[in-house]
Amino acid sequence: MASSTLLIPPRHYLNDGYGIKSWLLTRDHKRIALLYLAGVTLFFFVGGAMAVLIRIDLATPPGDLVTDETYNKLFTMHGVMMVFFFLIPAIPAVLGNFLVPIMIGAKDLAFPKLNLFSWYIYIVGGLFTLYALVSGGVDTGWTFYTPFSTVASTTNVIPTALGIFITGFSSILTGLNFIVTIHRMRAPGMTWFRMPLFLWSIYATSLINVLGTPVIAITVLLVAAERIFHFGFFDPRVGGDPVLFQHLFWFYSHPAVYIMVLPAMGVVSELVAAGCRKPVFGYPFVAFASLGIAVLGFLVWGHHMFVAGESVYSALIFSILSFLVAIPSAVKVFNWTATMFKGAVSWETPMLYAYGFIGLFTIGGLTGLFLATVAVDVHVTDTYFVIAHFHYIMVGGTIMGYLGGVHYWWPKISGRLYNEALAKISAGIIFIGFNLTFFPQFVLGYLGMPRRYHAYPPDFQVLNVLSSAGASILGVGYLIPMIYLMWSLRYGRLAGSNPWGAVGLEWTTTSPPPTENFAETPLVTWDAYDCHAPSESHVA
Amino acid sequence: MPEAVRDHSHVPGLAHHFDTLDQQTEATTLGMWVFLVTEVLFFGGLFTVYTVYRSWYPGAFAAASHELDITLGTINTAVLITSSLTMALAVHAAQLGERRTLLIFLAATMLLGGVFLGIKGFEYYHKFVEHHVPGSSFQFEQEYFRHAQIFFSLYFMMTGLHALHMVIGFGIMLVMFWWAWKGTITLEYYSPIEISGLYWHFVDIVWIFLFPLLYLIGRHAH
Amino acid sequence: MPPLFPDAASTMATRVDALYFFLLAISAFFGLLIAGLIVYFALKFHRRTAEQIGARIHGAMSLEIGWTVIPLMITMVLFVWGASVYFAMAYPPEETLNIYVVGKQWMWKFQHLDGQREINELHVPVGRAVKLITTSEDVIHDFFVPAFRIKADVIPGRYVTIWFQATKPGRYRLFCAEYCGTKHSGMIGEVVAMEPSEYQTWLGGGAAEGSLASAGAKLFQDLACNTCHRPDAQGRGPVLEGLFGKTVMLQSGETVTADEAYVRESILQPAARVTAGFQPIMPTFQGLVTEEQLLELVEYIKSLQALPQVQTR
Repeated sequence: MASSTLLIPPRHYLNDGYGIKSWLLTRDHKRIALLYLAGVTLFFFVGGAMAVLIRIDLATPPGDLVTDETYNKLFTMHGVMMVFFFLIPAIPAVLGNFLVPIMIGAKDLAFPKLNLFSWYIYIVGGLFTLYALVSGGVDTGWTFYTPFSTVASTTNVIPTALGIFITGFSSILTGLNFIVTIHRMRAPGMTWFRMPLFLWSIYATSLINVLGTPVIAITVLLVAAERIFHFGFFDPRVGGDPVLFQHLFWFYSHPAVYIMVLPAMGVVSELVAAGCRKPVFGYPFVAFASLGIAVLGFLVWGHHMFVAGESVYSALIFSILSFLVAIPSAVKVFNWTATMFKGAVSWETPMLYAYGFIGLFTIGGLTGLFLATVAVDVHVTDTYFVIAHFHYIMVGGTIMGYLGGVHYWWPKISGRLYNEALAKISAGIIFIGFNLTFFPQFVLGYLGMPRRYHAYPPDFQVLNVLSSAGASILGVGYLIPMIYLMWSLRYGRLAGSNPWGAVGLEWTTTSPPPTENFAETPLVTWDAYDCHAPSESHVA
Repeated sequence: MPEAVRDHSHVPGLAHHFDTLDQQTEATTLGMWVFLVTEVLFFGGLFTVYTVYRSWYPGAFAAASHELDITLGTINTAVLITSSLTMALAVHAAQLGERRTLLIFLAATMLLGGVFLGIKGFEYYHKFVEHHVPGSSFQFEQEYFRHAQIFFSLYFMMTGLHALHMVIGFGIMLVMFWWAWKGTITLEYYSPIEISGLYWHFVDIVWIFLFPLLYLIGRHAH
Repeated sequence: MPPLFPDAASTMATRVDALYFFLLAISAFFGLLIAGLIVYFALKFHRRTAEQIGARIHGAMSLEIGWTVIPLMITMVLFVWGASVYFAMAYPPEETLNIYVVGKQWMWKFQHLDGQREINELHVPVGRAVKLITTSEDVIHDFFVPAFRIKADVIPGRYVTIWFQATKPGRYRLFCAEYCGTKHSGMIGEVVAMEPSEYQTWLGGGAAEGSLASAGAKLFQDLACNTCHRPDAQGRGPVLEGLFGKTVMLQSGETVTADEAYVRESILQPAARVTAGFQPIMPTFQGLVTEEQLLELVEYIKSLQALPQVQTR
C-alpha cells in the first residue's frame, strides 16, 4: 500500500507550458480548477471581511461602528459573496474540476473549452458584483425580497442582480459538463457503483445546478427588469404579488443549500474511507441518499415562508416534506460513523476536518428539525436561530469539508506536503472559533433577537460578545492555512503519488499528475475503496 | 515506453480528450439535451408568473391580449414552423453528405428567422406607438388599467427573451453555415448540425406555447 | 446574568416551549451520540502502524433499516405534535378583541376599534384573545413578539391576521422581523398587557376622535360612497347593510366571502370581483385613501346591520 516513488515527475500539468497565456487560455481541467481556487479564495476573503466588520459592530448594542445604511450593505454583500461566489462554486469548481476526470479515468471533462468559458463567466459575474459593492453597495439582503428590492431600495440592485445572473451560467454549464462527463467518459470497467462516492455527490449536485439555477436566473432578471422598466410583477400597487417573488426565489435557493452541502458530503465520504482504510459503510445507501436529497430538496422551498402568508395546508405539506428530506442526511451521518468502526482510524488533518464535519453537520441538521416544526419555526424564523442553523451547515459543514478536501488532495494538486502540526493546530482553532461564534446565536435566536439588526437591546450583549470573540478566533484559524499551504509550494516535502496510502484512481497517477492525467487509460476491475486494488495504474 | 495515446489526427473533428467519434457525438448530444432542460426551467419560471397572474386577472389579460396583432402573430408562427422544417431538411442533407443542399436549407432557416425577428420588431414598434409599453406612458381602458400592465410586462419579457434566443440561434446558424462552407461538416462528422437543430427546434417550441398564451386569450372562432 | 430564555406570556408560549424542549432533548441525544461515537471510535481504533488497514465491512441491511425507520418515526411524531400546535396558532377563537395594525417604514401604527390610536406601543388586556388585522403601507415587515411566540409577515396589499392571548401583565418587546430598509432594527416597540380593569381605564382615558367605525361612516359620506350604495336597494351598487361576513355571488358565477380583504379589494380594484347583477362601473379609490382610512371603511361596513326589509339580490 505504501507509495512507490517520492520523486516529482519531470513533466506534469503545472510545468506543461509557462506564462500567463498558458493559464488564461488553458483547457486543462486541473489548471481551470486552480483558476477557480484563486477566484473563490478572493471572494471568500471579501465576504469574510464583511463578516468581521459585522461582528465587531455587533459587539456593542448600539450600531456604532458604521451607519445603518452601511451595516445593511455589509450583511447583504456578506451573503451575496459567500453564497454565490464561494459556497456554491467552491467544491464543485475547485475539487470537482480537478478530480472528476481523474476519478473516472478520463483525460479531461467532456467540454474543456466550455469549462474555461465557465470560469470567465464566473469572474465577470464576480467583478460585476464587486463593482456594485465598491460603487456604493447593495442593501436588500442576499434574498432581495420585493417590494423593497424593486421599489424602495435606492442602492445598486441592478448590477448585483446582473452579476448573479451572469455567474449563474457558470454553475449551469459546470453542472452540465459534469453530468455529461460522468455519463459518457468513465474508463472501461468503471461502472456507476464502482465510482467513488464523491462522484455521486457531484452528480447529484450537478442535477440541482442544472435544474435550479435557471429559476434564480429568471427571478433576478425579473427584479432587474422591474427596476429598469417599471414592470409590476411584484408590486402590489399594480396588482402584483410580492410573495410570488419569494416562491420563485426559494424554489432555487433551497436546493441551492444542497448544492452547497452535497459536495462537502462527497468529500467527507472520501476522507472517511481513506482515513479509516475501509470502504464507506453502506455505499449504495450513501449513493442513493445523495440523489434522494437532490430530489426532495426541490420540494421543500415553502419552509422559508411559513410566516410569509402561506396557507395553513401549504405550510403543513412543506413541513412534512422538510422532515423527510432530513432522513437521507441522517442516513449518511450514521453510515460515516459506522465506517469508523473497526477502521484503521487516522488523526491526520483531512480526517480531523471530516470528523468535525460529521459532528457539526449533525448539530446543524438537528436544528433544521426545529425549523421544520412549523409551530416552533413561527417563533425562531427570521431570528439568530436560523442564522446559527445555516452557519452550522455551511461553515461547520461545507467549509470544513472544503478545507478537508483541500488538505487531502493538496499533495496530488501541488506535489508537496504541508506542515502537519500547523495544519492540525489551525483545524483546532477553526473548530473552537466556529462553535464559540455560532452556538450562542441559537440562544439569542430563541430569546428573540431578529436577523439583520444593526442595534439590539442591551441584555443581548453578553451572547453577542461571545459570538464576536469566536469570530475573531475563527478568522485567525482561516488565515493560517493560507500561509502554510503557500509555503509548502516552495519548501514542502515532495509527496509522491500516494502519501495517504489511499485507494482511488487519483492516487495511481503522479503528484502532480501529467496533463493527460494517466499514461494509459486505466481499466477498472475493483470496487471503490477496495484496499486490494492496485496502487499504480497499468494496462490490463 | 507505454502504448501511444490514440492518434486523433486522422479522425476529422475528434477532440483529443475523447476516445472515439461516437463517444464525442453521444457526449455533445447529451450536453445539448441537458442545456435544453435548463432552458425549460428558465422559461418555466416566466410561465409560472404568467399562470398565476392570468388566473387572478382573466378579464384584464383577455382585454390586453386582444390588443395584439393576431395576423402578424399567426404569420410569425407559420414562419417559425417552416424554419423548423428547413432546419430538419438541413439536418437530413448533412446526414446524406449533401453540402449544397445543406447550405441552401441553412440559409433558408436563417432567412425565415430573420423574417420572424423583423415582424417582431414591427410589432414592438406598434406597441410603443399605441402606448402599450408599461411605464409612465402606459395607456389602457380604465377598468383594466393596472392589470393590463402586468400582461404587457409579461408580453415584452417573454417575447423579448424568446427573441434573444432567436438571435443567438441565428448566430449559431451562421457558424454552421460557415463550417458547412469550409468543409468541416462531412458525411462522417455532422453532429454539430444535429445539435444546432435541437436548439432551433426548442426555440420554435417555446414560441408554439407563447403564441396561444399571449395572442389567443379569450378569442373565439367567429 | 443575561437572560437565556424568553418570558412566556401567552397561552401558546407554553405549548411552543414544550415542543422546543422535546426537540432539544432529541438533538442532545443524537448530537451526543454521534459525537461520542466519533471520539470513541477515533480513540479505540486509532491507526497503530503506517500499513494498517481497516476491516473489510461493507454494510448491514438491518442497521440501514433501523437508522432510517427510527428517525422517520421521530420526525413524524414531531410533525403531528407540531401540526396540532400550529393549528391552534393559525385559527383564532370565535370571540376576539380586534385591533388593526399598519406597519410602515419604520414604525407600527395601531388602531383600536373605538378610535384609540397608538404608535409603537400596543395596550391589550390580559386573558382575552386579541386578533390583530395587519397590513403594510410600503414593504414587507414582520410583527414579532417573542414573549408570545407569535410572528407574521405584514404584507402590502393584503390583510394578514394573527392572534394571541396574553397570560400575565407586563411590557413585552415587539420587533420587526423582516428586513425593511435602513431603520429595520429601529422598528421596535412594546406590547403592554394589562389587567382587564386597568385596560378599561386606559381605554376610557383615550380617543377623542371617536371609533374607527364612526370615522369610517364620515369617510363613506365624504367620498360619496352613499350615492351608489344605498340601504333602500335603489342605488347602482350593492346594498352593504348586513353584507359583511356573508357569501357573495359574483358575475363570474364564483362565490366569495365578504371579509376584510374583499371589502378592501372592492374599494381599490372594484372591477376585480363584481357582484352578480351589477355593472362594473364603480370607480377605483386607489391613491385616494390611505391604509388607515381603508381600515375605518372596513370597520364601518362591518358595523352595518342588515335592515329587515332589504332583500339581497
